[in-house]
Amino acid sequence: MHLSPDEMIFWQYGFIKLNGTIVFTWGLMLVLVLGSKLITRKLSIDLQRSHWQNLLEIIVTTINGQIQDLGLAQPEKYLGFLGTLFLFVAAASLCTVIPGYEPPTGSLSTTAALALCVLVAVPLFGIEDQGLRGYLRSYIEPTVVMLPFHLISEVSRTLALAVRLFGNMMSGSMIIAILLTITPFLFPIVMTLLGLLTGMVQAYIFSILAGVYIAAATRVRQLEPPADPKTQQ
Amino acid sequence: MLIDWFTVGAQTLNFLILVWLMKRFLYQPILHAIAAREKRITDELAAAAAKKAEATQERDTYQRKNAEFDQQRAEMLDKATEDAKAERQRLIAEAHTAIDAMRATHEIALNREQKNLHEEIARYTQREVFAIARKTLGDLAGISLEARICEVFTHRLGTLDAATKQVLAAAVGSSRPVLVRSAFELSAEQRAAILQALQVALAADVHLNFADAPDLISGIELSTAGQKLAWSIADYLASLDEHINAWLKDNIPTEATTSTQATIDSAT
Repeated sequence: MHLSPDEMIFWQYGFIKLNGTIVFTWGLMLVLVLGSKLITRKLSIDLQRSHWQNLLEIIVTTINGQIQDLGLAQPEKYLGFLGTLFLFVAAASLCTVIPGYEPPTGSLSTTAALALCVLVAVPLFGIEDQGLRGYLRSYIEPTVVMLPFHLISEVSRTLALAVRLFGNMMSGSMIIAILLTITPFLFPIVMTLLGLLTGMVQAYIFSILAGVYIAAATRVRQLEPPADPKTQQ
Repeated sequence: MLIDWFTVGAQTLNFLILVWLMKRFLYQPILHAIAAREKRITDELAAAAAKKAEATQERDTYQRKNAEFDQQRAEMLDKATEDAKAERQRLIAEAHTAIDAMRATHEIALNREQKNLHEEIARYTQREVFAIARKTLGDLAGISLEARICEVFTHRLGTLDAATKQVLAAAVGSSRPVLVRSAFELSAEQRAAILQALQVALAADVHLNFADAPDLISGIELSTAGQKLAWSIADYLASLDEHINAWLKDNIPTEATTSTQATIDSAT
């Protein structure tokens, strides 16, 4: 029994290897991209449109609305990163209903990679929004004493992201696998349904947390009170 | 070791590629489609609003034109009514003028006819009276009419009242000649009888001149110093003429007035 799809090695050449995580990820990528490509190939701008286009529009506009609710002023700018995070994690969880499939998010390598992406993306968006000096100044606010705590917070929350997602996904797969050996009929189905719900919740949590971190990094300037016109005069 | 760093790197790369691909094939097309639809709906709403505004403006224009048209029509109708009234008054005035002219013409013609009738009646009466008088006198006395006239005149001289005699005596006394005019030539006896009767009446010597006057119509006239004494059938004729005139005045004008009133009623 595999604890992680990383252990499913299909091909290896020294340091380079092709394991189950990468293969399943490619499969998910293929499904997501091909599905998007097929559906968006004939987009209609009329009031009449296909069901698939309606579905995609609902998904995209909902994600956009959630990002906006986080307090980000231009949600389209963050839609690519946060939306893809959600869709990738959600698709990885939904596909657990396919026999023989193991979610790539059940691998700590994948969740660590995603958390690292968040770790890098947050300062990038922050610097883009506030500039390098402004972003770095946020680490020493309100006092310089807070700098180590900010740094620890950055590392710990990245670790928490990776481990939370990995633990939930891995445990779900593990529990189902164990239950299959004990009560092979009804109970694993219920647990699979619960696993689907857990996967969706985790996808939502992961992307929302990433959005919150980005919002925290970019919000400083947005929350600054407007200059008083009287003092300017 | 749960973390395989090659897998971490590969998954990071995979995720970044997935982000780019999803942007390329999902988010951008969907957002563009939504934006295009929103723009289209906005444009259609704006076009509809513009059309509505234009329709409202045209409706206002037509309503204003209708109001102006109604006002103009009412004004033209009032003007036409006023013109018709004025024309009616003018025609009525013309009719009145024509009626007055016709009435005047009719009255003139009526007066002329009345006058002609008077003259005709007078002439006819004269002829009839002369004829009757001649025939009657001739039948009664068997003497000539002139002789009888002379006798009547002579008798009248003899029966003059005192005032007339005094006036005549005063006139004759002024030694002016006394002129005796007659419609017929008096014979010597008749002249002598007249002279004698005058002398007896006035108790004075009188010198007479005799002259013919056919306009006296079978009469004799004596005149001197502004005084005149006469008898002739013309006097009776004049009296008859007055009676006839009085009668015509009482009867003929009434008929003329009635016919004129009937003409006015038919013209109105």
